[in-house]
Parts: sequence; C-alpha cells; structure tokens
Amino acid sequence: MNNRLYGNLIFELSKEGRKGYSLPRNYFGDYEIPSSMCRAKEAALPACDELTVVRHYTNLSTNNFGVDTGFYPLGSCTMKYNPKLNEEMAAMPQFQNLHPLQPEETVMGAKALVLFLEKALCALTGLAHFTFKPYAGAHGELTGLMTIDNYHRSRGDMARKKVIVPDSAHGTNPASAAVCGLEILEVKSTADGLVDLEDLERLVAQEGPNIAAMMMTNPNTLGLFETSIPEIAKLIHDCGGLMYYDGANLNPMLGVCRPGDMGFDVMHINLHKTFSTPHGGGGPGAGPVGVREGLQDFFPNVSPYQGNFAVMMRACAYILSLGGEQIKNVGPLATLNANYIKESLKDVYELPIDGLCCHEFVFDGLKDKSTGVTTMDVAKRLLDYGYHAPTIYFPLLFHESLMIEPTENESKETLDAFIAVMRQIAEEAKTNPDEVKSAPHNTPIGRVDDVLAAKHPIVTYQQMLNDQD
Amino acid sequence: MYKYFPHTEDDLQAMMEKVGVKNLDELYAQIPEHIRFKGDYELPRAASELEVRQVFEELGNKNKQLTCYAGMGVYDHYTPSVIPNLLQRSEFLTSYTPYQAEISQGTLHYIFEYQSMMTQLTGMDISNASMYDGTTACAEAMMMAVAAGKKVNKVLVTGCMNPLTYEVLKTYALHRNIEIEVLPIRDGITSLDDVKAALAQGGVAGVIVQQPNVYGIVEDFTGFAEACHEQKALFIMDSVAADLAVLKTPGEWGADIAVGDGQSLGIPMQFGGPYVGYMCCTEKLIRKMPGRIVGMTQDNRGQRAFVLTLQAREQHIRRQKATSNICSNQSLMALWVTVYLSLMGKEGLKEAAQLSYAGAHYLCDELLKTGHFTLAFDKPFFNEFYVKYDGDANALYNRMIDVGIMGGVRLEEGFLFAVTEKRTKKEIDNLVKIAAL
Amino acid sequence: MAKVIEGLYYSESHEYVKVEGNIGIIGITDYAQKALGNVVYVDMPEVDDEVEAGAEFGAVESVKAASDLNSPVSGTVVEVNEALEDAPELINQDAYENWIIKVEMSDESELENLMDAAAYEAFCEKEAH
Repeated sequence: MNNRLYGNLIFELSKEGRKGYSLPRNYFGDYEIPSSMCRAKEAALPACDELTVVRHYTNLSTNNFGVDTGFYPLGSCTMKYNPKLNEEMAAMPQFQNLHPLQPEETVMGAKALVLFLEKALCALTGLAHFTFKPYAGAHGELTGLMTIDNYHRSRGDMARKKVIVPDSAHGTNPASAAVCGLEILEVKSTADGLVDLEDLERLVAQEGPNIAAMMMTNPNTLGLFETSIPEIAKLIHDCGGLMYYDGANLNPMLGVCRPGDMGFDVMHINLHKTFSTPHGGGGPGAGPVGVREGLQDFFPNVSPYQGNFAVMMRACAYILSLGGEQIKNVGPLATLNANYIKESLKDVYELPIDGLCCHEFVFDGLKDKSTGVTTMDVAKRLLDYGYHAPTIYFPLLFHESLMIEPTENESKETLDAFIAVMRQIAEEAKTNPDEVKSAPHNTPIGRVDDVLAAKHPIVTYQQMLNDQD
Repeated sequence: MYKYFPHTEDDLQAMMEKVGVKNLDELYAQIPEHIRFKGDYELPRAASELEVRQVFEELGNKNKQLTCYAGMGVYDHYTPSVIPNLLQRSEFLTSYTPYQAEISQGTLHYIFEYQSMMTQLTGMDISNASMYDGTTACAEAMMMAVAAGKKVNKVLVTGCMNPLTYEVLKTYALHRNIEIEVLPIRDGITSLDDVKAALAQGGVAGVIVQQPNVYGIVEDFTGFAEACHEQKALFIMDSVAADLAVLKTPGEWGADIAVGDGQSLGIPMQFGGPYVGYMCCTEKLIRKMPGRIVGMTQDNRGQRAFVLTLQAREQHIRRQKATSNICSNQSLMALWVTVYLSLMGKEGLKEAAQLSYAGAHYLCDELLKTGHFTLAFDKPFFNEFYVKYDGDANALYNRMIDVGIMGGVRLEEGFLFAVTEKRTKKEIDNLVKIAAL
Repeated sequence: MAKVIEGLYYSESHEYVKVEGNIGIIGITDYAQKALGNVVYVDMPEVDDEVEAGAEFGAVESVKAASDLNSPVSGTVVEVNEALEDAPELINQDAYENWIIKVEMSDESELENLMDAAAYEAFCEKEAH
C-alpha cells in the first residue's frame, strides 16, 4: 500500500492536450449539433493519456483491502471467496451485448439462466417464485414489503401498516418499512438474545389487525438461531400477518434449514453474500425476492428489467459449480468456523451470550475493560496486522459490539493466525494500551478526522479548489 | 474436500473438538427437528470448471447477437478495453463498503473522483456516491422532493418520460402516498403553460422532466425552474449521462436535482444490469440527499484522506427516519464510469456525442428519403428519434431481427431508433436498405 | 456531571425552555450535548413555522448519531439561531447559551407538563443507569 506515492487525484494528473481515447472518423458528413442545444460551460474533466489512467487506478487499488488480500471477518456481510470463473462467465460477450428490450426469441440463453436461478433459489429456500428486479439487499427488502403491502391492499385489508422487527434488527429494516409507508413496532429480545415471545404475544394482542408482517433474520443478528420460529410464525399468521425473512443471514442455513420450512412467506436473498458474487466496494449486488405460491401476483415493479443480470450470472456459475451436494456443506462449515473462533477467544473477549452460534457471533469488547481499550481500538489494531476489521458497534444491543463472521472458505491456519493476533491485541491492551489506542500505524493513512468532514463537507474536487482560495 | 473448502479431515476433527461437538450436525442441535432440511436439493450435481463453461457457452449460443439501434434508456456505446481490465483488480472487486477508511482509500478516492466528475457533467454542486440505476435514482429524487417540501405530496411528471421510469415512479409513489400528476404531451414535448397551471393548484413538491425525452427530443426548459421555485417546488431533471457532455446541463437549466442513468458512459448493456444511477443536487439540499457521500478530510498524520461522510442521513443511523433505505451505492459501476470519464475527458465525450448525433441524423435522413418514414414530431433530437412507418411495422421489425439487426424499439406507430458512435455508415446503409424494401 | 440550570423547563427528550414573557427559548441540554458528542449540524425550522408540543421540529447531528429535536411547547417560530449554521460546535461549548429556536408560545399551560431543574436532574441520573 502506497498512498504517499499515489495520493493524487486524477484531476491533478491532468494536462490539457492529452487524451486517453480513440474514436472512429466521422463518415456521415456535416451534422453539427446546434449551439442552441449546447452547454455554455465546459465540463472540467481530466485530460490524461491511457497509461496515466491505468497507473493511477492500479495504484489506487493497492490502497484497498479485499477478500483476495486477506481475511475479512466482517460480520453480517458474508465476505466469502468470489470465484474467478464467475467473473469470466459474466463477461461473456454472448450475454454482455444483449439489449434488455431485445425480443424473447433472441435472448433464449439469458432467459434460460434466469429460469435456472429461480428454480435453484426455490429449491434452496423452500419458496415457490422469485422476482429478480431488486438491485440489492435493501432494494429486496423494500420489494418484499411492497409485495406484502400489495397483498393486504388486494384484500381490502387497509389497516395493516405495521411491521414487527426485533430490537436487534439491521437498520435497513425500519428504513425500508418507512419507504414502503409502513410503521415499525419493535419486539424485545430476551437475555439470551432471542425474540421475547411474551413481548411478541403482547404486541400481537394489542395490534393484531394492524400487523402487516413480522420481519426477521434467522439466525438473528447475534448469530443465534431463533428456536421458537415455528411458534412465532404461527402467532403472526394467526393474526393475519405475513412472515418476512431478511436473507442477510442465509449462508449458515444452506444444507440445514429452509426459510420456507421455518414458516416464512416472503424473503430476499443477497446474492453478493450467500451466492459469492463480489461486493465490489459496495455494489452492484442483487436482492431477488422469493414468495410462497400465490403471492407472486403481488410483486411490485421496482426496476425496468430483470435486475442486475450480470450479478445473477455469477450466482448461477457458483450454484452450478457447487451443485446440490457441495452447497450443503456451506452452512455447516461456515458455522464450524465461527464457533471455532468464538471458543478460542471467549476467555479474553466478552461473550455476552454463551452457547452455539451459527455463521457469526458478537463479542462485547475485551473482557478486561480496565485498560480503556475499546472495540474501535481493537478493530483499528487488526488493520495493522493485515486483517480487515469485524463489524463494530452493531448490533446495538451491546455497547462494544464486535461481530465476527469468518465464512466457510477460510482454513484452520487462517483462523488460528487470526485468533493469535486477537489474543495478542488483548495482551497489548494491558501492556501497551497506547499502541492499540493510536492504531493503525502500518496503513496508508491513519485515523481520519470525520468531524471535520461532516462539519465542513468537501465532496468534489471543485469544492476543494474553491476551499483553497 | 472441495476447491472452495479448505477443511481436511484432521482440521474438522480438531475444530469440532474445540467447539465441543462430535459431528457437524450437532452444531445445529438447537434447531427444532421438524423444520430441519434433511433431503437433497433439487439441483444438478457439482460441475467442474470446464463443465460450467460449457453450460454458459451453450446458453450463450442460444442468444442472437444483433446490431443494436435500440435505446430507450440503454445505449450501445463503446467500452474502452482499459476499463474491464482495471475493474478486475481484486482489491476493488472483492472489498466491501469503505467503513474502515484506513484500508479503503482506493474505493473512497475513486468515489470522490466520481462525485467530482458527475457534478462537472451535470453542472450541479453535489453528487452522491451513486445509486442502483437511473429509474430508481429518479424515484429517490421524487421522494427527496416530497421530504424536502413542507406537507406537500404531489409530484408533476412529464408525459414525455420513459414509460419504464414512469412505472418505477408509480410503484414508489403508491406505497409512499405520493400523488403523481402526469403532464400532457404537447407535440412531443412538455409545455411550460401546463406546468404553471398545475403548480398553481398548489401542493406540488417537485416537477420531473426528462432530457432528451422519451422520443429523443431535446426540450427547451426555459422558465421551468423559475416557475417551480415560485411555488417552492423542486425542479428535477432526468438526463442521459453521456449526452450531458454537450447538452445544456441541469445546472444551467436551474435544476435542483439532476438524476439519470450512467450506463451510457461505456457500461455494456448486459441484458439490463448492472448499470449505475447518478444523483446530483444543489449545495442547499446536501443533507436531504439519499445514499452514501464521500468527503475529504485529514488523517492524524496530516495527510489528505477521504471518508464516508454525512452518515447521519443514512439508514444505519437514522433507521426509519433516514432519507432513504438505500445502503450500498453501485460502487464498482461508479468506478467503471470514473475510469471511462478519465480516459475520454471532455473532448472524447464530445467527439462520441458528435458521432452519435451525426449517425442518428444520417439514419433519419436516409429513412425519410425512402418515403416510408416520417418523423413523429418535428422537433430537434439528439441521437434517438421516433419515426412513423407506413407499412407493417411488426413485419419490418421481424425482418430486421432475421438479418441480425435490433431495429430500434417498436413504438405504437413506428420505431424509436438510437444511434451511437459504434454504428458505422455501412451498417446504417444496410439497415436503410432493408427498411426501404 | 452535566450542567442543569435552575428556572428552566425540561423535557424528557432533553430539550429545555427558557421563558421570557410569552417567548420560549428552546435548545438542547448539556446532558444531551454530552451524549451526542461533537455536533456537526443542526437542522432548524424557518421563522414563521408552527411547532407543536411533543412534535419534531428539527434534528441535531453528530458524526455517528442523529437526534430529533422535539418542541417542548407549541407556538410559532420567531427566531432561529443562525450562528449554529456555520458553527454547530457552539452547542458543545455551551448548550444553554446557544439556544436553537425562539417560539412565541400559544399555550403557556404546556409548561406545566415539563420538569423543573431538580426533577430533570433526577431524570438524567436515572437514565444514565
């Protein structure tokens, strides 16, 4: 990593007179764009030759950390290996050059892939139909909630505008509900981290006719399986609501348990988590939504075509590669890896809820809190040792949440090395706490001043220049 | 065991012992037996790399490769070979949301560049880190206008909007309780008088227009922004990104929010996605903007650094009060666009736009010369145009498909043709020959 | 220990009202500013906007949190503290000195629903545990 050498913006490498493109000659004769249509002020874009551009972005990439760089135990994000074959398949020109409005008979191969993926996801989830229109997980959530809203509206059941979510839910759940015009009711968790059935019964008794759905992940955001799921589903169904499965945590269920069999009616899947498509620095993902038979008529139109097709192609390649027999191992191996880390560290990190977890688990900071070393410090120190940090300060149930998800692709050696470093940081917290509190030291940049960024937002190069004046 | 699973028998034993289970099944002992999945998935058996490749090749050959004159929001522009190569850098490809700024400067840095370039293209002050696509970006702009307004929930939408975008707007509006009023089409364009009359009714949060509009026509929006602002409504423009290299910008038209799809900036059509939506706005609206934003700051060593900023607007903090439920941007596609714009610069964009413009006007002229086609509206267009056909349009459409031409998009009375810099004179002459039969 | 000032009225969502005639001067308490950390932005209403007791009228943002502002009293906004637009950190320096809005109260009896200094101090004490 070499931020010092290549910290320039592409604009700062620009020189008028250079160009990085070549285009065909104009053989069409004199067709001038009328000046009345044209912009008065030119766009100040960089002027660079091709090698400058290639070097700039190649070097930028080295200031990044990806799954291919090292262990990436980011809880709730399922940073599994992104197979190279999938990339090649998604780039095949026979698919890449298809216009989405081409007539059906010219896109039979692409349609066949979509159909294959739908059948595969149905088999893996126990649901009956999928729509591929949603572009991402949050978009899938919104699509699923709209499906539910459409279903209730179709029955003239207009009062059902409330969605129950556990207090441990992802922040997206309430945000998606709000965009869908729905209101959130929070159900409490018990001391052992599961949905409090009594509290749920109370909510259902109070709000029954207003309940559109209950939205949950299983395993939940603490990595714990909601063992009362059949009872929860019955409670919600009996009061006329539907069960929504947030597929963010589907990975440990592969080969183990299907959302359809747990009693869920609607779900979304993050293809970029469970089905190995790359996260791309934050997208593009894909968030297909599946439903029980009969609900497919209520799918909303949330995008023009069939979603992020090239992402779906990668998921197809993954499923084809693993096949029915290997995909069954995904859940158990991911779960074994998580439990192995948990058991190996719980004597030095605070494990608020002991017992078997699924694909991930949450520590509440270091066991020894006397050193003043926080979860943030541990996370930053991990960067020094060449690891990506776990998810921190989520879920909100604990003050010092540190959420670790290793995925099935990591070897025992990788996990052992990570465990050793985590123990070493716990030791450093006692012997040399300042070293940990001021971490990271070995990264291209140190800790950033995010107060400055938020108070005085500079979000473009132009603003940066104006600011210097 | 399997190429993606590194666990040997010994590893498994040692790890299970540490965890305290005798077999992998015991890891799930807490799950009620009757909901466990015990059978086999209805899936094909595991396939080797070679076999997977064969499946894709076989299916790929079932698709027909067509010379593309279709547009309607998705355009067949050229992709410089540098881009797909750089995008396969796995530090970009296999990273996630840049929450850990210290090891994510690559992503944060290019998003800052992306934001800078998009504001240049649109003539606006601020850009977010990108959105899913143009249609959802437009829907987000609609919701943003309603949220920014005070107790107003009506949005005026031009009748000349791409119907695919309009459908998405309708979906979001239904659930969010937003009332959409569609403005009439007046000889292929939006009329300022209609806008003013609708605004005068009151309760309007925003007015959404499209440039070029669905018929490819470049509209004159003189007076639109002023009319909106007089009634405290936001003026929202949905434009094809590449065309803004030459067209009068949303900023110059006085827009408050500029949205659209960035696909035209060298992203392959790939059967509908992924593309990238852009959203820019005035400085005043920055805290109402949905999605991620990257800002500049300093690190504790005094170096320039980039970081996700203004996060208090976002779903993970604001939950149901967030400006939107969007989490991710379309990061890698934003990088695609950034590299494209770095290579093309303003001169390259202008050249490509000029070629597209010339090709489209040449095709139009040649089609009119056949005597079978007439322009649906006598209005200035850019690289897409709507012509009526005096023969059997479906038959002609199929005839073109048969010879490997995607002859535009079928509209009621004829065809919507789009031409990009990729279409050669020879190809266009060939199309005209078939259309003249 | 967070500062609490005698003579002000306090809400459970940590806003205070200082009464001058029929004008209520509203801001967030020292306790609230400490809990939020570095304030980076204050979202304020405009003059002449109506506010309603218990309803949201704006928000205070720090880097990693945002907190809605709920008006302790109903009325019409007569002044907003424009100094906070450029220097939101003033709230951290002195939350009582740097009020957020001034409201012409429409129903002064609403003040009776609020806490006095002693009650608020006890309330914070309880919330901290």
